Amino acid sequence: MELINREKVVKRIETRLLKNTLSKWMFLLAASFGLIVLGVLLYRIFTQGIGYLDSGFFTNFASRRPEEAGIKAAIFGTIWLMIITGPVSIILGVGCAIYLELYARKNKLTRFIQMNISNLAGVPSIVFGLLGLTVFVRMMEMGRSVLAGGLTMSLLILPIIVVAAQEALRSVPKELQEASYGMGATKWQTIVRVILPAAIPGILTGGILALSRAVGETAPLIMIGALTFVAFVPESIWSGFTVMPIQIFNWTSRPQAAFHDVAAAGIIVLLFMLILMNSIAIIIRNKFSKRY
Amino acid sequence: MLATMERSNQQEMNVSNAPQPNVFEVKDFNLWYGNDHALKDIQFDILENNVTAIIGPSGCGKSTFIKSLNRMVELVPSVRISGELLYRGRNILSSKYGVEELRTKVGMVFQKPNPFPKSIYENVAYGPRIHGIRDKKLLDEIVETSLKGAAIWDEVKDRLGENAYGLSGGQQQRLCIARCLAIEPDVILMDEPTSALDPISTLKVEELVQELKKNFSIIIVTHNMQQAARISDKTAFFLSGELIEYNETSTMFSNPDDKRTEDYITGRFG
Repeated sequence: MELINREKVVKRIETRLLKNTLSKWMFLLAASFGLIVLGVLLYRIFTQGIGYLDSGFFTNFASRRPEEAGIKAAIFGTIWLMIITGPVSIILGVGCAIYLELYARKNKLTRFIQMNISNLAGVPSIVFGLLGLTVFVRMMEMGRSVLAGGLTMSLLILPIIVVAAQEALRSVPKELQEASYGMGATKWQTIVRVILPAAIPGILTGGILALSRAVGETAPLIMIGALTFVAFVPESIWSGFTVMPIQIFNWTSRPQAAFHDVAAAGIIVLLFMLILMNSIAIIIRNKFSKRY
Repeated sequence: MLATMERSNQQEMNVSNAPQPNVFEVKDFNLWYGNDHALKDIQFDILENNVTAIIGPSGCGKSTFIKSLNRMVELVPSVRISGELLYRGRNILSSKYGVEELRTKVGMVFQKPNPFPKSIYENVAYGPRIHGIRDKKLLDEIVETSLKGAAIWDEVKDRLGENAYGLSGGQQQRLCIARCLAIEPDVILMDEPTSALDPISTLKVEELVQELKKNFSIIIVTHNMQQAARISDKTAFFLSGELIEYNETSTMFSNPDDKRTEDYITGRFG
């Protein structure tokens, strides 16, 4: 009286193992596809651009001659942009997250706002460019300045920072907050002394990742009219400017082949900057995680 | 220390009419979580310098009740409350009574040891600091007195600067008690303070409670009936949101008035 036929089970083992191995290779293929393409891209860019990557590349401005073209204006433009975008977006984003997470009542309205913030994080960046053009460049008459660009970029990454900061605030153990309230601390004291110190690693990680997205964005800045051929370093927040991705875009759209190699050199610099920023985020996360 | 003096004055004042004044008087106290009626018509007095144990099965409202005494229960958004909770004669549920002030007098120790991820010193100094004490010498003194009061000074005096997370669970809980003592409370609420601890650490906390009751009034929620029998003077038995019996601990465990109390303490349910 056996319900299971042993022989059939044994026969089936081989096909089962075959499926097992097949699926493994299928997923390996899926994973390596992206990596291979990335590898090819990196190889092409490095072989193309390495020749132009000398000290002159960092100290020269844009030029009509490829051998004299440099990325100085774009690097400084990007740094200026970060100086404006970083503080504005982090201060506003963390403030918004603190309100939504710790003060606001959980009702339909806040749920609606919450949902929209998550949706905003997925809105195409060019839409933010249009918004910046209308509000900052035209209505507030900031012109094509680095200030207008910085504020537009802040809007773009604000939703990402808000969501990341909320996540970080939410992960602070409730017990710690209770301990603080239990001793007669006010809400503000609890936020400043207990919640924020515990949430700061998460907030910083999210902030840096969002900023590194802003560093790589082009579309919104083209929209608000950032310049593409700049032979000066911004001197104030009202100066015109360019940033690295725009400069690279400009070089690649030139007819001379030599400029494509210059663009490759620019891409190397941009990639290096992004890797650096992401590494800092990872270091912060690893250093402060597992504290509870 | 001022608080202690005030208390002894009060004690003298009350000597003529009542031998042991009440710290809390609970009158017709009801509490709802949304539509869930969690505490029903609770009424009893809690005596000064006593250990009052609150026992009952899970979900009977004992934690909710103890959290009402320092209004921590209000952190739950859907809570509604009716009735009166008098602390030293004043209704703490009144909107005039600030929770911050109440919680400096009614301290709390939680179920899970919850030290801050700061140094041992900073953990104890947290309470005085938020109440505006900046004087380094005074803080040092408060930290030492509180740690001694919680019987953990000898174990940590050489490493006050180290992170509190390096301590064992039992030490962390005593640190939390020290942190609570640092605000010089009048009443200490303990919400199952030993449920996350091993037997030896539990014993140390129980001994500490006996020591603390000389200067403080202690209200302790416990799952462990032997613990209630060992350390408390009076015991309240809660069952599905109602106070079934409130009695001397010795009476409660030898000759309870209510059949349900007897069933519970003899282990027939719960």
